[in-house]
Amino acid sequence: MAVLEILKAPDPRLRQPASEVTTFDDELRAFVDDLEETRLHGPGAVGIAAPQVDRLQRVVIVDCSHTRKPVPNHGHLVLINPEITEWEGHEIGREGCLSVPDYTGNVFRASRIRLTAQDLEGRHQEFDMEGYEARAVQHEIDHLDGLLFLDRVVSRRTDLFQRKTYRKAGEPAG
Amino acid sequence: MNDWYMLTLVGEDRPGIVAAVTQALYEQGMTLGEASMLRLGGNFTVMIMVGGAEDAGQIRQALAGVVERFGLRMHVDPMAGGLHQHLAPNVLVRVVGADRAGIVAQVTGRLAAAGMNILDLDSDVAGTAEQPIYVMQIAGISETPLEQLEEALQDLTQSGVDVTIEPVETLVG
Ligand SMILES: [Zn+2]
Repeated sequence: MAVLEILKAPDPRLRQPASEVTTFDDELRAFVDDLEETRLHGPGAVGIAAPQVDRLQRVVIVDCSHTRKPVPNHGHLVLINPEITEWEGHEIGREGCLSVPDYTGNVFRASRIRLTAQDLEGRHQEFDMEGYEARAVQHEIDHLDGLLFLDRVVSRRTDLFQRKTYRKAGEPAG
Repeated sequence: MNDWYMLTLVGEDRPGIVAAVTQALYEQGMTLGEASMLRLGGNFTVMIMVGGAEDAGQIRQALAGVVERFGLRMHVDPMAGGLHQHLAPNVLVRVVGADRAGIVAQVTGRLAAAGMNILDLDSDVAGTAEQPIYVMQIAGISETPLEQLEEALQDLTQSGVDVTIEPVETLVG
């Protein structure tokens, strides 16, 4: 196990699309262990993607089970070759990134997604996700496509005018 | 280049102001830090952290031509602090209601008393001149539980102002 170095923007390696994983072996599992250790090493990251540690493969980890306020989640997930097959709705939320220190911004993401992915054994899985967890997965898949949340940040004024429904406290995000 | 100055420019909004200002600073070898430009009441307003200047006078001199050309008012102050001092909010308060005097003072006063530190306030008047709608967003940091903030604003809610408070959980990934 080892903590890997995290690439920081504007490193061009963060801008390259990652390739599909085809071999599910011990080397991959060892890498995922390192990736997880790296995620936990920093300050409270709910996700991390392989390209952030200079490995251009479609591997991400997401874990939304430890948020300050509990959110719907599927626990600790290792997602290999993840693909979003359905999107629904959109909402704004605040994001930061291990590869972009000292900056946070508001980003639109789909509220609900359907996701297919493989696990570490190569088995196919499907998930329906919403809200914060769906946001985390979209953030990480962006990394696999060479995108950063910086590419999607909107100004706070945009937030003000685009949000048309004013929710009462306690109602679910949507 | 460790000293920053806060440059404030205000005037009638016309195309090309930001470009002219930043070009003039660049030509004098000055650098920009954080900046925020807003249109307020149809006016151009901008605040810019400017670095690399000998003193405030040098900035004023660099911009003298632009200020005159666009009819701007300029203010330059030495400032404490610098870059990389961001704070992430953990609470967002939205206020919507019929426009009435004192609403900002009432909301922010109660939030301050409840222990919330305001980082960012955006207030605007929507609707029409006959039927103005007051819209405000306040982002801040609060160690106080949301329920207590809600309680602090409860009497305002009863007086026809819609207040919603929600946690902001910044996703890092
Ligand atoms: Zn990221």
